[in-house]
Amino acid sequence: MDKSFRFQTSLKHARGFGSGKSGTTHFWQQRVTGVAALLLSLIYVVLLVKLQGDDYPTVIATLGNPFVAVLMLAFLGVSVWHMKIGMQVIIEDYVNQPLLRVLALMANSFFSALVGIASAVALIKITFGA
Amino acid sequence: MADARLAASRPLSPHLQVFRFILTMAMSIVHRITGGFLYVGTVFVAIWLVAAASGPEWFARVDGLYQSWIGRLILLGLVWSLIHHAIGGIRHFAWDLGYGFAPKTADLLALINLVAGIVLTIVVAVAAFVFA
Repeated sequence: MDKSFRFQTSLKHARGFGSGKSGTTHFWQQRVTGVAALLLSLIYVVLLVKLQGDDYPTVIATLGNPFVAVLMLAFLGVSVWHMKIGMQVIIEDYVNQPLLRVLALMANSFFSALVGIASAVALIKITFGA
Repeated sequence: MADARLAASRPLSPHLQVFRFILTMAMSIVHRITGGFLYVGTVFVAIWLVAAASGPEWFARVDGLYQSWIGRLILLGLVWSLIHHAIGGIRHFAWDLGYGFAPKTADLLALINLVAGIVLTIVVAVAAFVFA
């Protein structure tokens, strides 16, 4: 067929692949973690106010309480995911240089994972009383 | 082939400085900035928890830093960031559900966000002071 009559576009290749097969996942995750963080941060702020000026054994006993530990772990997990995908959007908005962008996105993942793992290990160690 | 001159002569979308300053635009960027503060702020939480898990000496060291005036100032800033960002989040949920788009409502919500964020931060700071 003559080239001018070809109506096929690159849509053919894109079809079925969607937007990287992720669609509105990012948007929805930001909302779900947002709702969870909103509720859990209330508990977190109350906890921090309560722990103000408390001595070491009291802080350890409080953080080591399974109820507190579970809620703190949930809060930190949800917050870290929320901030990781939030910072991803900021990087995608402002960092245009391709290499820099990839490095920034990677650093974002590493930083978020590190903060999350460090907090989780600390909380688990405290709650298991090691 | 893409013509570079053609690309250069395309109309550009107007940038920030051509717009009149309005509260909602300021609140928009403040929401993002407070999110950025909280991002960095998680390091302080992680250090505090790791110190607590590492024993009384490490905890005392970190606690001493956090109790210093600069430590308190940073923590106060983070508390404000958290509260402001949380209220801003509620505003975003309202928009997601289709409410609060009328200019006057949006302005009012932005103002409430700003004022409530500061007031609640003071409440938390006073509470922390009283319970200490």
